[in-house]
Amino acid sequence: MALLEIHRLNKKFGGLHAVNNVSLTVKKGMIKAVIGPNGAGKTTLFNLIAGNLSPSSGSVVFRNHELQGLKPYQVARMGMSRTFQNIKLFSGMTALENVMAGRHVRSRAGFLAGMFNLPHTWREEAGIRQKSMDLMKLLEIEEFAHKESTSLAFGQQRAVEMARALNTEPELLLLDEPAAGLNMKETAELGRLITKIREMGITILLVEHDMSLVMDISDEITVLSFGHKIAEGKPAAIQQNPEVIKIYLGEN
Amino acid sequence: MNTKKNIGVLGLLGLVIMIQLLTHWTGTQYYLTQLTMSAYYSLVILGLCVLMGYAGQISLGHAGFFAIGGYLAAALTTHDLTPYSNTLIIQVLNRCGLLIQGQDIYGDVLLYFNPWVSCILAISAAALTALVTGIPVLKLKGHYLAMATLGFGTIIYRIVLASAFFGEADGISDVPPFTLVSGIPGLPVIEVSGDFSGRVQNYYIAWSMVIAGTLLLLNLIDSRVGRALRSIHGSEETADAMGINTARYKLKTFILSAIFAAAAGVFLTHFNGGIGPSEAGIMKSVRYVAIVAVGGMANIWGALTMGVLLNFLSLRGIFGTYDDAVFGLILILIMLFAPEGILSIRIRQRLRNAFSSSTSEIRGGESS
Ligand SMILES: Nc1ncnc2c1ncn2[C@@H]1O[C@H](COP(=O)(O)OP(=O)(O)OP(=O)(O)O)[C@@H](O)[C@H]1O
Ligand SMILES: [Mg+2]
Repeated sequence: MALLEIHRLNKKFGGLHAVNNVSLTVKKGMIKAVIGPNGAGKTTLFNLIAGNLSPSSGSVVFRNHELQGLKPYQVARMGMSRTFQNIKLFSGMTALENVMAGRHVRSRAGFLAGMFNLPHTWREEAGIRQKSMDLMKLLEIEEFAHKESTSLAFGQQRAVEMARALNTEPELLLLDEPAAGLNMKETAELGRLITKIREMGITILLVEHDMSLVMDISDEITVLSFGHKIAEGKPAAIQQNPEVIKIYLGEN
Repeated sequence: MNTKKNIGVLGLLGLVIMIQLLTHWTGTQYYLTQLTMSAYYSLVILGLCVLMGYAGQISLGHAGFFAIGGYLAAALTTHDLTPYSNTLIIQVLNRCGLLIQGQDIYGDVLLYFNPWVSCILAISAAALTALVTGIPVLKLKGHYLAMATLGFGTIIYRIVLASAFFGEADGISDVPPFTLVSGIPGLPVIEVSGDFSGRVQNYYIAWSMVIAGTLLLLNLIDSRVGRALRSIHGSEETADAMGINTARYKLKTFILSAIFAAAAGVFLTHFNGGIGPSEAGIMKSVRYVAIVAVGGMANIWGALTMGVLLNFLSLRGIFGTYDDAVFGLILILIMLFAPEGILSIRIRQRLRNAFSSSTSEIRGGESS
């Protein structure tokens, strides 16, 4: 059984069929990309998978559990984490605090333990801080740790968001257009980073418009257009697919 | 961070002692009464500060929780239970020492709830009410949440105003002292009461509670839970995506702040020897919100400072007949000119940035 199995998923917004009978599977350990023109339904698909939207019909099975009816926080606890197309950092918190918040699911101190500052929370807090700083080092943003997160440059904000998502120690990481707003050098770095994350044993599903990045790093690509899945396959095959060239690559 | 927090709390303790000594030396002990009352009101404000400033949820009904605490403490310690003294439950309670005996002017024996029992019942009732109202109401956001909590406050206000059990428009008076410590050799009797001779003692009781409350909440904010609350404030959707059960955290914070309000209600009612419907009024709720706002929202120390200062001035009658209007005006001004409060984190950060070495800024190479 694959890590993530999506079966005949549909989402309608009124008359708009944003996701139309889409099925796809993501096997453990792979980097899978979803591409498609603007408005194809890629973000909607992510929102359906992560529990932010509930499907009109169809099913999402993650680690052999049907996700139907689960809230995003429950899906997150099952080992799925994500970044957002329009970066969503916690304003009013530093970059480090943002990343530390990602550690929530892997720690336990509750209200009483916090209020009475119980000794067992000290070690947990120190662990959270250490782990968060390590991740920020990995993403080369440790020097911004104590800056207000929303005051950072765009690329740095993306990195903070990614560190926060990684801090949940996910099985599956959903990245919605991680290269948006990055220059070519930064995009190449991002590609290396994503490959490194996969080597850590994390499966990746990403939405991306940057073709060279997608072709470079993905094991498999799914193409969406107007909510429909129109093609799926290895990067080389997708590049050759006439329909894909027509509706997607052709328009660039 | 930790040491800074402890220094702050120690500083507060020092200040509290110093003020008491000052009133002693200058013969101005009469200030202690208002300082004690301000302390209890500040307790409400501290709890509300965590709810509003950190978890980002407004409540325009916190006078309601204060009133649940105060009114239940008053009613249970003043309503005579002798008519029911034959019932099993009263006998059991009496046997367990949970009731106390008094005497009326004719020398007949009267039976009341022990203030400890009524205190626990009153605070539990407030917590339970917060749980039951919080589950549906906290699903709302922004204006809708404000209106729903306002509705809750109105209901409590009408209940205490309309029911004979709570004394209708007169409220409840002759509430007995709340004995905290007695019969311990070497220690005087320590009780919450408005008794003239207990003024200093009560000042310290109230401020001990404020200091303890401040420390607990500062700890909470510094903890994993505090981080979760602030992330809910920052972006609820994202907090959810990070595995934070936002509904549960909001509810727990709502209950926590209700407990702070109710505890303040219980103690202030014993201190004042009574409680009236104005304590449950909407204007009281508005006042609490205004003070949290002017204190800087996400700022425990700001809320405490403003809570003590503004309540003290109000209780001294500085604002005269415009008392309520002053707090309404404060709220309008804050919303217009500094929605994050005048002691807000952002402004403090800006100040800190301005004073910290500017070189790091340049090296950071920020664009944004
Ligand atoms: N909450 C919503 N309510 C109504 N319509 C929506 C909603 N979310 C998305 N849509 C519509 O659904 C369609 C698919 O949107 P979606 O954001 O999934 O596209 P996308 O593939 O992510 O596009 P982009 O590449 O621009 O990010 C669009 O036509 C969009 O306007
Ligand atoms: Mg999108």
